[in-house]
Amino acid sequence: MSAVPDTRALSRRAFLGVSLSAAGGLLLALRSGAAGQETAAAGEALGAFIRIEPDGRIVIGARGCEIGQGVKTSLPMLIAEELDVPWPAVTVEQLPYGLVAARDPPGFTSLYGPQGAGGSTNIPDGWHDLRLAGARARWLLIQTAARVWETPPDRLTTREAHVVHPDGRTLGYAELAPRAAKLDLPAADLPLKARSEYRIIGQPTRVVDARDIVTGVAAYGIDAAIPSALTALIARCPYFDGEVASVDEAQARRVPGVRQVVRIPGPRPGAPLDRNLAAGVAVLADDFWSARKGREALRITWTRPSGAADSSAALERRATAALAASAKIARRDGNPDEARNAAARVVEAVYVMPLLAHATMEPPNALIDLKPKSALLIASLQSPGGASQMIHAMTGVARTDIEIRLPRVGGGFGRRLQNDFVAEAVLVAQAAGTPVKVMWTREDDLQNDFYRPFGLHQLRASLDAQGRLTSWAHRVAATPRKYRAAGMEDAADWVGCVDPDGFPAGCVASYLAEFVPVDFSIPRGWWRAPLPTFCAFAVESFLDEVALAAGTDPLTLRLDLLGAPRELPYRDHGGPTLHTGRLGGVLNSAAGAIGYGRKLPAGRGIGLASHFTHGGYVAHALEVAVSQAGALEVVRCVCAADVGEIVNPLGLEAQMMGATLDGLSTALELEITVKDGRIEQSNFPDYRLLRMGAAPDVEVHLLPSGFPPSGAGEMGIPSVAPALANAIFAATGQRIRRLPVGDQLKSPARAS
Amino acid sequence: MAIDFTLNQRPVRYDGDPAMPLLWYLRDHARLTGTKFGCGIGYCGACTVHLDGAATRSCVVPMSAVGGRRVTTIEGLASDGRLHPVQQAWIEEDVAQCGYCQAGQIMAAVDLITRTPAPSDADIATLTNLCRCGTYPRIRRAIRRAAAQLNRTRR
Repeated sequence: MSAVPDTRALSRRAFLGVSLSAAGGLLLALRSGAAGQETAAAGEALGAFIRIEPDGRIVIGARGCEIGQGVKTSLPMLIAEELDVPWPAVTVEQLPYGLVAARDPPGFTSLYGPQGAGGSTNIPDGWHDLRLAGARARWLLIQTAARVWETPPDRLTTREAHVVHPDGRTLGYAELAPRAAKLDLPAADLPLKARSEYRIIGQPTRVVDARDIVTGVAAYGIDAAIPSALTALIARCPYFDGEVASVDEAQARRVPGVRQVVRIPGPRPGAPLDRNLAAGVAVLADDFWSARKGREALRITWTRPSGAADSSAALERRATAALAASAKIARRDGNPDEARNAAARVVEAVYVMPLLAHATMEPPNALIDLKPKSALLIASLQSPGGASQMIHAMTGVARTDIEIRLPRVGGGFGRRLQNDFVAEAVLVAQAAGTPVKVMWTREDDLQNDFYRPFGLHQLRASLDAQGRLTSWAHRVAATPRKYRAAGMEDAADWVGCVDPDGFPAGCVASYLAEFVPVDFSIPRGWWRAPLPTFCAFAVESFLDEVALAAGTDPLTLRLDLLGAPRELPYRDHGGPTLHTGRLGGVLNSAAGAIGYGRKLPAGRGIGLASHFTHGGYVAHALEVAVSQAGALEVVRCVCAADVGEIVNPLGLEAQMMGATLDGLSTALELEITVKDGRIEQSNFPDYRLLRMGAAPDVEVHLLPSGFPPSGAGEMGIPSVAPALANAIFAATGQRIRRLPVGDQLKSPARAS
Repeated sequence: MAIDFTLNQRPVRYDGDPAMPLLWYLRDHARLTGTKFGCGIGYCGACTVHLDGAATRSCVVPMSAVGGRRVTTIEGLASDGRLHPVQQAWIEEDVAQCGYCQAGQIMAAVDLITRTPAPSDADIATLTNLCRCGTYPRIRRAIRRAAAQLNRTRR
């Protein structure tokens, strides 16, 4: 019995609707349209896929990219719930990227619905259509039993993979499956279970691949192999937009195991970065080690464009100057200038957000086999649709003839929303005329990323004589996210850098959100909870600074600003509204759990922060201890989350723990810097991720608000850094306005 | 010159470049891909295997240093299909997120509780394997669970 079927054949057959599986069971491709309908409106989710074998095995396809966010477990749970099968009876199989031609209108449609991983959208995207997929399969099984028993279907129920007759008789799904497979799917929507009927949703459920992971057999992109593929490493130009001036490859070719050396072009200077990031020379060899030795033996000189002398120091000087320049207004309420002129007191601060790399534990890689009329890609991806489009654009192979398999992914964090490493594999395969697996080293990864933008956040608030907040102005001077970003050409300059509708927007009479772009040549990308993580540190730190100036408690200030529970418009991702009551709810939960307001010994402090991220609400409360010498310890770490309906509490807790530690790791130590046109960091010793010894336990409180689910992979990170900074201030009186914290607590500034 | 050693209890012979790190022998030649590549400089621990029972970062161990020694990888940790108590504890505590670093984490943890049967948090804090997903709290719980299980069976 093969666990992995021929997915291409299966996909095509599945699209025909209901049919017999290879083993004679029910094979069901579930679509949102009626039976036989072959197309759907653009963007409409099309469904998932269930197989019931005669031996009783219930196979549920997992459509998402599993990057550690747990969707290979949680998405099939949604299907299994409505199918009404016991979870232990379910086998989960990863689905490939599923793209098929559509006739009317001509184009493409997805067999399985959305498959990418970005923006924490897998659960909200699947919440309706995957449950409906399960309900439709159950409907077919009930119809079949009704015919067998000659009983009206509405008198039948189901329980644990059986259809149940009112007199107590039962028929197993496996018995019914072959006949059910011959029926047409229902045309209409079907009713879904009420929450009180859930048996799987809401149950703590372990990672489906756990056994494969702990035994080392779980396959990641880096583990992909086909017999004819060579391994390639690429020497890339260290200067952005630079080219190969000369290359002496003679010694590289003499390295045993090296088969070919080919040059690949970089992006056109100034053009959108929609393919690979850098020009370079690829060494193809029988294995990684030979390719690496070959790469080291290359003698290359690079051209250095005139802009390639930039540095982080110059960038910060430009950004500081830009804070005084004229800005583009992203949102303006009331009259901030007038409020400031009339103020009894003005508070102002500037916060610094560094460039960041993604540093996924599994470095980028891609295995590609190009043939004249077809292509196979196996890689760790977040955007298989983007990879499919890119391969088509670069090779001319029809998109329906590009097979993309989706192995487990060793971390995403937004890095793999870009498919530059896929483009490299295509270029190398084209130049060398062989299937190829492009591998990246850690140095390649840290030095060739789409970095989280750098920015200065200038916050200004005015208070009246009673200490009430009368205006709030947030000016960001940053390297625009849209810089050379394919697909963002029409976006406003501030998109990805300014959060015009984020709290406290709508809660202060006069409010201003502005942006000043700062030139910089290094590529930018999306980094876990991109906009919230970029903005929360400044906003939530400044709320504490305003509270201090107003003589108010920081929690009280926030709750007063949030006011009565209500929905405010929110136009960015996660909208269309932000619910003030839910934000207040997580704040109160975190504060209550940590014992906010209790007396602490000297050198200890508690800090709070919350944030609205992609439709979810999370607050953090941290208690820290700072020694006289400036040694920082996180004594307690509480995370309260309201992400709506909870599909898998065990997985959700893991996401919150993990995001919290990611936030801490990043706030404490992580920064990418540029000097003389090059990234200064090269491997983990100078990009120091949190280790076990510094990682606190995270107490996670999940609030069952009953709202539709928002997803969970990113919500747990934005409020960590400001809660940490607020706790440090409470402990020491030292305000951290620059990330990472690094050695700032040990600096002489602390003595003053 | 051939290098003879034991890999997951089977004798093997290697006669390629003696400077090649063990990691790349395991991944590219033996096709045991459970051992992962993370940094290539022995820092992150994703490539941790056991060399004569001791946790070792295989990305910086040349094949020339492996002759005559016992190499155990994540694939060789279970015996006769029975998981090692550390593997079992990893499942029960639902440790893995992306899972990429976990083979190395498990190999390091097995070594720790072999040396230190009842590890304290301070002992566990000596593990320096990196996890980008932030699974450390559940790793600690899994190690404590596995240690308790092993101590019960020893009694």
